[in-house]
Amino acid sequence: MSARLYFSRFLAALGLALACQLGLAEEARPLSDDPVTEQRLQAISAELRCLVCQNETIASSNADLAKDLRREIRGMIQAGQSDQQIIDFMVARYGDFVLYRPPFKATTLLLWGGPLIFLVLGIGALQFYLRRRNRVLQAARPLSGEEARRADALLTEPDPADSPLQGPFQGKDLQP
Amino acid sequence: MIPELGHFALILALLVSLAVGVLTLLGAHQNRGPWIALARPGAQAMAFLVTIAYLCLTQAFVANDFSVIYVAQHSNSLLPLQYRIAGVWGGHEGSLLLWMLMLTWWALLVSGFSRNLPAPMLARVLGTLCLVAFGFLLFILLTSNPFERVLPGVAEGRDLNPMLQDPGLVIHPPLLYMGYVGFSVAYAFAIAALLSGQLDAAWARWSRPWTLAAWVLLTLGIAMGSWWAYYELGWGGWWFWDPVENASLMPWLVGTALLHSLAVTEKRGSFKNWTVLLAISAFSLSLLGTFLVRSGVLTSVHAFATDPTRGIFILAFLVTVIGLSLALFVWRAPKVGLGGRFGLFSRESLLLTNNVLLVVAAGTVLLGTLYPLLIDALALGKISVGPPYFNAVFVPIMAPLVFLMGIGPFARWKHASLPEIARLLKWALGVAGVVAVTLPFMYGSWTPLVGLGLLLATWVALTVAINFVQRVQATRGSDSFLSAALRQPRHFWGMHLAHLGVAVFVVGITMVGGYQEEKDVKMAPGDTVTVSGNTFRFLGVKQVEGPNYTAWQGQVELLRDGRLDKRLHPEKRHYRSSMMPMTEAAIDAGLLRDVYVALGEPIDRDKPEAEWAVRVYYKPFVDWIWAGCGIMALGGLVAMLDRRYRTRRRRRNPANRPAGEAP
Repeated sequence: MSARLYFSRFLAALGLALACQLGLAEEARPLSDDPVTEQRLQAISAELRCLVCQNETIASSNADLAKDLRREIRGMIQAGQSDQQIIDFMVARYGDFVLYRPPFKATTLLLWGGPLIFLVLGIGALQFYLRRRNRVLQAARPLSGEEARRADALLTEPDPADSPLQGPFQGKDLQP
Repeated sequence: MIPELGHFALILALLVSLAVGVLTLLGAHQNRGPWIALARPGAQAMAFLVTIAYLCLTQAFVANDFSVIYVAQHSNSLLPLQYRIAGVWGGHEGSLLLWMLMLTWWALLVSGFSRNLPAPMLARVLGTLCLVAFGFLLFILLTSNPFERVLPGVAEGRDLNPMLQDPGLVIHPPLLYMGYVGFSVAYAFAIAALLSGQLDAAWARWSRPWTLAAWVLLTLGIAMGSWWAYYELGWGGWWFWDPVENASLMPWLVGTALLHSLAVTEKRGSFKNWTVLLAISAFSLSLLGTFLVRSGVLTSVHAFATDPTRGIFILAFLVTVIGLSLALFVWRAPKVGLGGRFGLFSRESLLLTNNVLLVVAAGTVLLGTLYPLLIDALALGKISVGPPYFNAVFVPIMAPLVFLMGIGPFARWKHASLPEIARLLKWALGVAGVVAVTLPFMYGSWTPLVGLGLLLATWVALTVAINFVQRVQATRGSDSFLSAALRQPRHFWGMHLAHLGVAVFVVGITMVGGYQEEKDVKMAPGDTVTVSGNTFRFLGVKQVEGPNYTAWQGQVELLRDGRLDKRLHPEKRHYRSSMMPMTEAAIDAGLLRDVYVALGEPIDRDKPEAEWAVRVYYKPFVDWIWAGCGIMALGGLVAMLDRRYRTRRRRRNPANRPAGEAP
């Protein structure tokens, strides 16, 4: 480290001490001197699991391992490695378990595809059900006016709760 | 002596629950009056005995009886009284006893508020609840007895987990359990309906207020837990997709589907089978959640227990309950009619779509929660499924759901007209679009997710307002708007309140997700730091003494325009008995933003009065998340108090009371 740097640091420290003495507010320094690095560190470590914790990210954990890994990731960022390189390094060391975003691979195919499959099956089943239901009711429908009147007469006591409700503005529960 | 009394009461409760469960169900099947009449006193006796057992355990905590192993493990003589009382549910055995207590109280409530229920129906409902209670009591007595002793007792207890020593713990678990277990009532009604073959609109009407009650409590319980995690864990997050959180979210999603499906079954007599299936699923998921949390198969912040025998017991119980219920369903369901006709676009079909989306969402959460266990069990490796996964798959499912929520209330039963609705709502959509495109720029940058969130929130809020005003105007006559609005049925108010709650909630998660800011800084006394225009001045720390901990308390000033606005006191606590450090964040909450300070560590451990690592957050609209949940729950409560659930008794006069009911 050059003498000039030492000197400037000394001046800064002196200034800080003076500022404290005088009760002047000093803008606090970030934990690292480089906010861009910190931001990347935050983003990467929020996707990684702290392996000794119960279920915490490296970003939020206070465990020693998490602190070490944060330091290590910070070092790797400063050494110019890309996010992907850092994550690959972590996976090589700890396995997929460290990733909170599971990788796409054969064993996770169902995991990533599952929601879509559920959705397609769900909507498909819904369509199928609605159409079949309508067909069944349609098939049961063809009563002539005369038959319908007779059927009505046979239905002795209609359940009030089953009575067809009209549009939203005509429901019986609108009456005070 | 008193713990033995509790133990004994629990054994008696086991016998009572089995006897009452079997006799009432048999009695209802064979129509034996005296056996049917056992249901009400039986449920009351069970509730009484379990309450006695619960009070005995509480007494052991209050009296610091460390010869009871469970007390010795979860309490300490220095623990303040309120945490000794709440500490009863601070561990595995006690939380199961709380579960049990809630179950029997639900049964008690059913027995009290069921004068209009035909006696055989009530017998089947209470009988089912008794059998569920039997299973859990057996589990407690065989594998998780909280009354076990060690003699001679130990001198001092191990203390309650410091994370749980918080007012949040006093409220969160009981609320959550009340909701969780409340679905057992909906389940019991469904089973009773299947057993009797009376799967009709009346059944839906009986079941609905109970389902609403459980849903309201579960909503509040989950919100409470989320809030607790936010201020207590010191990470500033509100949802972590932790398996235990997921375990409570799944019954909530299915329960929400059930509420909507019950509406159709009650009003139109349709979807009966589906409604029954949802009721069974909601409770099964509650049981599954209990299994996941209590068996120790998960490794998460909530998992306290690791004992395989327990896991196997609950799994067997789970399989029995689900298996029997589904078998019953398969046997009975084909005999159930289809109900009224409706068009492909109608209130019914939209509600069914809502159900499909909610169930797909629940299925997704289930998949993400169980997948790592499955992969691990099949020896295919160990993976973690966390927030990045859930956020990626959950949003695309929930977004259409929230969008449809705006349309649903406008669709008529039987047949709705899409062009008519489109004509009515195109302005709302336009305004929502403008808000989504412009508003984010007031906060800085525009991102697709923020745009989508604001679009949906505005859309829902506007459609709620339009629907509400339209209906009030249509029914108002010559009255003032206000009196006409107040005259609207409560279920109508409830629906719109709950939907509005969703809009508020969406605003909260959108704004926090998009614009929260955090800074990790080193602060020496006198330093200031600014996040999003909020300036904090750190004055240093001082040592404070709590009842069972010592703490470094940060002295932080929140400045507005350079002047002192508020003093904040974040703490770093060290609990004496467990030596565990805990972070107590200090939060200045506000309508439009929270600011949040948490103490990290001293930079130099030997000089704690000098520099500290401090984390500050700016969280815009974060309180809207819990406010939204609160409004949703309020909506549920209002709907539950709807007149038609109360006037049943008057309408059903004693003359046509079904035979066999006790007077």
